[in-house]
Amino acid sequence: MEMVNIKINGMPFSVPNGITVLEAARYAGIDIPTLCYMKELNEIGACRICVVEVKGARSLVTACVFPVNEGMEILTNSERVRKARKTTLELILSTHNRKCLSCIRSTNCELQALCLEYGVEKPERFDGAVPESSFDDSMPHMVRDNSKCILCRRCVAACNNQAVSVIGANARGFDTHIGSAFERDVDRFACIACGQCIVNCPTGALYEKDDTGKVLAAINDPEKFVVVQTAPAVRAGLGEEFGYEIGTDVEGKMAAALRRLGFDKVFDTNFSADLTIMEESNELVERITKGGVLPMITSCSPGWIKYCEHYYPDQLDHLSTCKSPQQMFGATLKTWYAKNMGIDPAKIVSVSVMPCTAKKFEVGRDDQSASGYADVDISITTRELARMIKGAGINFRNLPDEAFDNPLGEGTGAAVIFGATGGVMEAALRTAVKNITGEEPADPNFTEVRGMDGVKEATYSVGGLDVKVCVASGTKNAKAVMEKVKNGECDYTFIEIMGCPGGCINGGGQPIVPASIKNFVDVKSLRASVLYNSDAAKQDRYSHENSAVKRVYDEFFGEPGSHVAHEVLHTSYVKRGIYKD
Amino acid sequence: MLKKISKMPFRGTPEQAEKLQAVIDESKNDKSLLMHVMQQAQLIYGYLPYEVQKMIADGMDIPIEKVYGVSTFYAQFALSPKGEYNISVCLGTACYVKGSQGLLDKISEILGIGSGECTEDGKFSIEACRCIGACGLAPVLTVNDEVYGKLTTDDISGILAKYQA
Repeated sequence: MEMVNIKINGMPFSVPNGITVLEAARYAGIDIPTLCYMKELNEIGACRICVVEVKGARSLVTACVFPVNEGMEILTNSERVRKARKTTLELILSTHNRKCLSCIRSTNCELQALCLEYGVEKPERFDGAVPESSFDDSMPHMVRDNSKCILCRRCVAACNNQAVSVIGANARGFDTHIGSAFERDVDRFACIACGQCIVNCPTGALYEKDDTGKVLAAINDPEKFVVVQTAPAVRAGLGEEFGYEIGTDVEGKMAAALRRLGFDKVFDTNFSADLTIMEESNELVERITKGGVLPMITSCSPGWIKYCEHYYPDQLDHLSTCKSPQQMFGATLKTWYAKNMGIDPAKIVSVSVMPCTAKKFEVGRDDQSASGYADVDISITTRELARMIKGAGINFRNLPDEAFDNPLGEGTGAAVIFGATGGVMEAALRTAVKNITGEEPADPNFTEVRGMDGVKEATYSVGGLDVKVCVASGTKNAKAVMEKVKNGECDYTFIEIMGCPGGCINGGGQPIVPASIKNFVDVKSLRASVLYNSDAAKQDRYSHENSAVKRVYDEFFGEPGSHVAHEVLHTSYVKRGIYKD
Repeated sequence: MLKKISKMPFRGTPEQAEKLQAVIDESKNDKSLLMHVMQQAQLIYGYLPYEVQKMIADGMDIPIEKVYGVSTFYAQFALSPKGEYNISVCLGTACYVKGSQGLLDKISEILGIGSGECTEDGKFSIEACRCIGACGLAPVLTVNDEVYGKLTTDDISGILAKYQA
């Protein structure tokens, strides 16, 4: 690597040639503030909060995109720089809805944090005309409030990065605003509800629809039996909301907190992840042996499913008919469990905690009410759970580690890795090998499908059969794979697709990590490591070893793929266009 | 200024659609030709309503939000059709000083539409323009190719009446 000698605030450093001033400053232990910059996603140098002085340069330069070169002398903290940054903040604030006290992002707002850092004492300094701002709550999962928007375009970049592009920057100059085509609500286009716009927003302009009120009302209703399930990725992210380092497993404290919130039963989606594997691997083997549509594609991710329905409506036969683990859980809860416990399913309120905003869409889908009542009544995100815990005065960090309730709280190592890209594939392979060969694989670790690459491929020889698999995360990568599927240019047997880049651990419902950390820390890998460590530490690492799952088959479903299993655990899909006129 | 989106129903003909499709077919393999296609579409339809932008988006395989973003960024693209009679009020320096803003306001008041909009019957549209080189006649407006100069707000209803018949 070619190195160059530069000076940062008078101190000499040798840094790789061509890196940005922002990156170079890290060598000097200096953080330069950013707002619009998101590494590899939004590198547009627009907000000008990152300006620095470069000796000899005509004006201040934007550190986020400006490359270093030999002999460069940079000042990151001069009077001129500080003044420019403060003025930029004051100008942003001049049209900003400054109702910070009631803002969902208060204390986790990148703009608020910078105003504090730069000593903005008069946010009203440049007050004047304010453009009319739009408000869009047409989707079941999110709200867009442009009065809080600072036009950084990170949401637009995130939406483009998902190959969705239903929001963008419209008009110009003072009238510039984020919105959808022809100022229509976003639900009239093909938004997939992934929530990636939300987790990339630095302020409170984009946020999830809060359903915690509905959960509290159910808990407070003595007539209701309120059951909660938690997705694997939640335990890998929730701790961040309580000051734990990124990549801390808080499964035990989470279960304890849920119990203290007043849920009647604290169960785990890991149970139904194992159930999903039983059904899905059975479906795969059936498709292979009976000449069904291949490749088969996983159906756990509701953002991905919605994407496929909008953009590849003619390829829906490739989707596994399995409901997602969230829905399988709810379906089993209100059928087998309710019957077993003698509880009227009408009185059960089925709540899920998900790293996902698209789950809020999924609970309202058709063909998702096996008992005659919705499989899942309310889906809240990891962030909403954190809000409930804080609101209830529960001292999360001092909670004991508790276990889930039985029987629907039991999950194997195969289930817990569902939350990371490649995890569903790996879990399915572990059981598919058993299904095809009658024996468990020598090594449960299928490491080829792990990791944060957008598209991964592997071929496994299973009982003399070559099984070629593909794993994609993020719908832009899914699109690349689907083009091949559509054009018959691939010979995959099985494909796993998750809607969010990196899988559920990076879902749109996870705690929001500011860009200042995201730009330098691999948040996705850290969170995924929680799941892989949990898997490695478990006694049972194969879904077919889950004793609760075995029991449910013995007592209720019979075999995977049985008539009852189809009635309760499988679903259907809808052809959607990309316009709703 | 935010562009006004016409509420007039789309009245595109099959012939127009055919013409636009031909333009798209020539350009669809190069996304950088988007603006060219939009310009041609505006020549064909007079403006770029939802239906037209949808054709462009699908034909070029570019999300409609991006097409709309371009159409609202550049002044050359219109989201409202021109009326049978397009009234253009000069807001250049000389005309402005002589009170042309008052003329524009008066026309808006009578027709019930703002600058950049078209009446529902498709008869009149209004736009504000810069100097048309007739400063000696300030304040001026044009209705299609006819020029009216040295106007006061009292002249407006008379001028409109000529075209309203």
